[in-house]
Amino acid sequence: MIDQLESAFNFHQQALGLRQARHQVLAANIANADTPNYKARDIDFASELKKAVEGGQSQQQPNGGLALARTSEQHLAGEGPAWRGAGNTELLYRVPDQPSLDGNTVDMDRERTQFADNAVRYQAALTIMNRRIQGLKNAMQPE
Amino acid sequence: MSMFSAFDIAGSAMSAQAQRMNVTASNMANADSVAGPDGETYRAKQVMFETQAQNNRYGVGGVRVTEVVEDDSPLRMEYMPNHPAADDEGYVAKPNVEPVNEMVNMISASRSYQANVEVFNTTKQMMMKTLSLGEG
Repeated sequence: MIDQLESAFNFHQQALGLRQARHQVLAANIANADTPNYKARDIDFASELKKAVEGGQSQQQPNGGLALARTSEQHLAGEGPAWRGAGNTELLYRVPDQPSLDGNTVDMDRERTQFADNAVRYQAALTIMNRRIQGLKNAMQPE
Repeated sequence: MSMFSAFDIAGSAMSAQAQRMNVTASNMANADSVAGPDGETYRAKQVMFETQAQNNRYGVGGVRVTEVVEDDSPLRMEYMPNHPAADDEGYVAKPNVEPVNEMVNMISASRSYQANVEVFNTTKQMMMKTLSLGEG
């Protein structure tokens, strides 16, 4: 049952982790809007999430997932999904459409819309996860 | 708890922009100072920004002020023979502060500051909402 709980939350957990990583990258872009030679960066969210979820579901082939240490053959082999921390997400460089002379590629309008978009989607993922938890809690209630 | 570093990033940018604003204020205030504490004429100053050392896994960081540089452009010479600070030919060296540049710098600093306050507030909202996850 517990591993089913885990898989019920895994997708949203990965999504939240990535949203948070992206939040940080966009915050750094806005912070460095006036730093000469700073290159704006971003995460390709869709492909990173795909990688994260696929990495998490490969129960057969341990793809960096956590395996239980077994001291007897009769123990159940448990394996947790791989936790793809945001540390190994691939950071891309933004292509500037109006390059500036000081080598800075931060486009404030774009960064701020992306930032707001990311924050709203983060909260949406949180809300969905909240509903999930509520649903599971209701299912666990005795009549 | 790496969301806290978004606070650090926004905070570093806010303090850097505030420092830029201070330097601009100093330049504007001293636009007519013929002498500083060292007896020399005031020169316009500017801050230099640099991306902060990457202290986290994502390879992104905040911003910091590395140094405050002085403008080397020539001082404004005004002919005022009766001024006590006038040289032999009657010229007084006035600071090389360009009020227009300073105004532009000030507006730019204030807009960047506001953007970072927005980042800070959004991050705080997101964290507060995360803290109440599962409460209903």
